[in-house]
Amino acid sequence: MERKSLLPYLLILPAFAYLLFFVGYPLLQALYLAFTQNGAFSLDTVRRTINDYYFWSAFKDTLAFAAVIIPIQLFLAIVFALLLNKAFKGKDLAIYALVIPLTISDVAGGLIWYSMLSPYGFVNKVLMNIGLISHPVYFFGYQFRNREFLAIVMAEVWRATSIVFIIILAGLQMISKEYIEAAEVFGASYWTRLRRIVFPMLKPSIQSALIIRTLFAMQIFGVVWILAGRDLPVLAGEGFYQLTVIKDYGVASIYALIIAGLSILFGAVYVKFLKAEYLEVMR
Amino acid sequence: MKDETVYTLKKIGFYTVIFTAVAWILIPIIVSFLYGFTSKADYYDPHMVIPHHYTTEYVRVILFTLGAWDGIKNSTIVATLTIIISFILGIPAGYSIAKFVFPGKDTIKLSIIALRMFPIPVMAIPLIILYIRLHLADTLLGVALAHTAMALPFVVLITSSIFSGVSKEYEEAAMVFGLTRLGSFLKITLPLALPGLAAAAMFTFVMSWNEVFVASVLTLTHRTLPAQILSIMAGSSGGAAPDYYKFAAAFIMTLPAMLFIFFARKYLVTMWGITLK
Repeated sequence: MERKSLLPYLLILPAFAYLLFFVGYPLLQALYLAFTQNGAFSLDTVRRTINDYYFWSAFKDTLAFAAVIIPIQLFLAIVFALLLNKAFKGKDLAIYALVIPLTISDVAGGLIWYSMLSPYGFVNKVLMNIGLISHPVYFFGYQFRNREFLAIVMAEVWRATSIVFIIILAGLQMISKEYIEAAEVFGASYWTRLRRIVFPMLKPSIQSALIIRTLFAMQIFGVVWILAGRDLPVLAGEGFYQLTVIKDYGVASIYALIIAGLSILFGAVYVKFLKAEYLEVMR
Repeated sequence: MKDETVYTLKKIGFYTVIFTAVAWILIPIIVSFLYGFTSKADYYDPHMVIPHHYTTEYVRVILFTLGAWDGIKNSTIVATLTIIISFILGIPAGYSIAKFVFPGKDTIKLSIIALRMFPIPVMAIPLIILYIRLHLADTLLGVALAHTAMALPFVVLITSSIFSGVSKEYEEAAMVFGLTRLGSFLKITLPLALPGLAAAAMFTFVMSWNEVFVASVLTLTHRTLPAQILSIMAGSSGGAAPDYYKFAAAFIMTLPAMLFIFFARKYLVTMWGITLK
């Protein structure tokens, strides 16, 4: 029996060591690149990053995208999940349609929304044909940066609401029907049931969804790169640009560190402020 | 009578919302697919909402002139390698979490969940230094190794949940009849877990197939499909690519992933429920 007790650790060890390496090594390497110059401690690279014209707008834009996109996604996902948690004809098809974007990459999502919003895209053609506008509305180009922001928000809300939706839906399906039935017996209205039972029990799912979405939002890259390029700089895009075009590994690493720092910070905030209150022990 | 009207109205409202949501998801996909095959003249005709003339020219150019076909091959290799490596590492770990009780298990499980919160893709930036030293830069194996790090926490959590779904009694019965633990795992647990594992594999495949940042940072000539498309289409440099090429590229990227979801649709909701606990 004593020898057996080592087996579970041995089985986990490879995966765990692999993950630790792929998290730990780049982290140390990034810190080294960011804070040393010729082997000695130096803040030159940090200064170079902060003084870059694009740095602060990348920082602001990344946070602005997250602040606009994530609340919309959470709201839509909760509404869809509540609606689709009922039994009705065509339910499976509707769920299937709503999760299709789960498999669409941000690059493809950007290209797909370009087909909707380009000057000769679907939206412009439809609006012109029903006579609402006489000239196409331009969404893309440096002088239309604000509309580019809007286009990216639309593309991201469209593409990545699915993941929030499916997490919330899975959470809803785990809530025991008995609680709801008990509340119904005591005459609780739909809204009371939502507020007192469904939402508190949904907290862990909402928390997971927010953590995952925020993690991805801090790394937003493909869709911005496709639709706006550097018109709207974002952190991951600047890191990519510094690495591949400027070949400044130090500055690029600082961008990676900032993204990691923001992800961990927001993760911690969610864990602290969205403490799950378990009404039952989840399996 | 009045109650009935309210009920009908509610029902109509309900289906309107559902229909709008579904249309909102489907229309952009249909439009981009259509426009990816639309003749130039039809696309630039502002009155032609639904085009009449179609061509496969753009898809062919993207595939064979602009390197998307090589991208597809590279993406497939990377995704397959990612599945193989992450399953070799992840299945034992998942099995261990599912079937053993041991001190420190909760801590290990929690740290795997916490590692999932770390933005591994952007860490490809400092990782490239090591890759250059190890001659892994611009190799498909290098991309697959990084994708494995990204997928592994999910694979561990998904497989552990799948294995805990396979009843312990079967395995114990097999061991009573003289099979070793490994033997009973291979002959009993694995076959029973196979459908779930297949779904997990597809999940991993899509994750790798869609990933663009790691692939763009770590490769230069051996681009995966998203990295290749990004480098020829990006807003800043490739704004010159005509629109219909962009839609054709969207079609090429989206179709395989959509086929995946069709085959894995049964497992999607449960799988996401699993990965989040």
